[in-house]
Amino acid sequence: MSVAYSFKLKPAHLPWLKLSIHLGALIPLVLTYYQAFSDQLGGDPVTALLHFTGLGAFKLLLLSLTITPLARTFKQGLLINVRRLLGLYSFAYAFAHLVSYVLFDLQLDWTLLLSEIIKRPYITVGFAAWLILFSLTLTSTKKAQRSLGRRWQTLHNFVYLAVSLVALHFLWSVKSGLAEPLIYMVMSAALLLYRRDKLQRLVTKRIKNGQKLKK
Amino acid sequence: MLINVLKTSDANEKQVTDETVYNQRRDILKSMGFIGASALLTSNSAQAGFFSSDDKETFKTRALDYAPANQLHSEALTPEEKIITHNNFYEFGTGKSDPVENAQQFDVNPWSLRVEGLAEDPFTLDYDELFKQFPLEERIYRMRCVEAWSMVVPWIGFSLAALLKKAKPLSSAKYVAFETLYDPKQMPGQKSRFAGGGIEYPYVEGLRIDEAMHPLTLLSVGLYGKTLPPQNGAPIRLVVPWKYGFKSIKSITRIRLTDKRPPTTWNILAASEYGFYANVNPTVDHPRWSQASERRISSAGLFSRNRIDTKMFNGYDQVASLYQGMDLRKHF
Repeated sequence: MSVAYSFKLKPAHLPWLKLSIHLGALIPLVLTYYQAFSDQLGGDPVTALLHFTGLGAFKLLLLSLTITPLARTFKQGLLINVRRLLGLYSFAYAFAHLVSYVLFDLQLDWTLLLSEIIKRPYITVGFAAWLILFSLTLTSTKKAQRSLGRRWQTLHNFVYLAVSLVALHFLWSVKSGLAEPLIYMVMSAALLLYRRDKLQRLVTKRIKNGQKLKK
Repeated sequence: MLINVLKTSDANEKQVTDETVYNQRRDILKSMGFIGASALLTSNSAQAGFFSSDDKETFKTRALDYAPANQLHSEALTPEEKIITHNNFYEFGTGKSDPVENAQQFDVNPWSLRVEGLAEDPFTLDYDELFKQFPLEERIYRMRCVEAWSMVVPWIGFSLAALLKKAKPLSSAKYVAFETLYDPKQMPGQKSRFAGGGIEYPYVEGLRIDEAMHPLTLLSVGLYGKTLPPQNGAPIRLVVPWKYGFKSIKSITRIRLTDKRPPTTWNILAASEYGFYANVNPTVDHPRWSQASERRISSAGLFSRNRIDTKMFNGYDQVASLYQGMDLRKHF
């Protein structure tokens, strides 16, 4: 696709772009927690916090997966530089989500947490997605990238599994009104579809490896 | 986004109306004049924040004349502004704060409540009759939502049994069917499946006749001393305290005595998750979450230890005899 587009992202733009991502992610987070602590977040601030942080993590994850298609389509190679930041903020929201759930909803009832993770499919998949995002965050540094070598890419391909699990977590968590989770599911599917060749390669490689092991 | 910065001079939750003062409220109301008083009592910083962001006028409630609850309830009441801002009323939107935002223009007068079906004397009540036909009394009930949160609400109303007896049910009447107003012009959630959470409208509910005649079963026309705000089901709603909240249908226009078990809204939507009986039962989990405990919505804020064990029949053991010999795991 040849887009007649004169704007080109320059290195000088990057700090501003990053600053706006920092502000755009942090300000709503801080404001919402301030409102929750001062009891200005509706009748049940706990549910409001869980919805806000959960949906926030999902949105940021989708945004981070939109960067590559955007950079390619509009030939803005430098855009790739903000992908990690968006991914890290996605985990920051996911972290707030889990902490709020354990602290304010379950109120440190650890046995209930354990039984919910095991018994409730939507919590199970949500927790699995959280663990993936957590491991991606831990290995997000240049240093980790170097020391993991080729395995780093293998690990970070799990982001595609994570976004699928998050979409499922959202769909299964609602009481009714499937429209909103379905819209998010379609967005996730579109971003995965864009990478269908890569995903196909990954899957066939897995299957081949599996067959080798059996022999 | 609007942020209220609390000044040190502003009242915090702990300073809100002491129980003894609350119990004198009717005297205070009388001494102050109704309109001024209700405006004063409902204003607080949180609520001001909700409504000052736009020019929409808040629905006007009025003080009711009723017999106060004669026993002091052992549990703390959920603050009024929590009860009237945290609602499931999909007719006004699926979010918890949607009803308070979208229902303020709801017109409840004139109203018509038709009582009909297998009865000798079917009748209709108009708006004024809802408050005059039967003596009003206050009842403090726990309200347990199927979503595992709960409140303690000082309702005002009368027994459903009193209403049904007036219609003289035939012996063939085995069930009672209820219907919410259908008016998509006033209820945006009824305009489309998307806006209304996939529910088929009008909202319908039902009880077995013995459940309907049980003295605990209430038709409520008010809470906290005043008429119901629309988001809580004005002008008249059902309250069945031993069942999950969705059984307590709001803004009722039709009550029908019938010999067949009537369809009920959430059961139509997901029969595997919501049964006809929907009795509060900590041993039968919702397929997707636990019902063993609940979070009590209170004034204490984020760090309150408000997760409590859920009790069978929401603690109303006196209804257990209604279900003797029934497998409540099967009839959930």
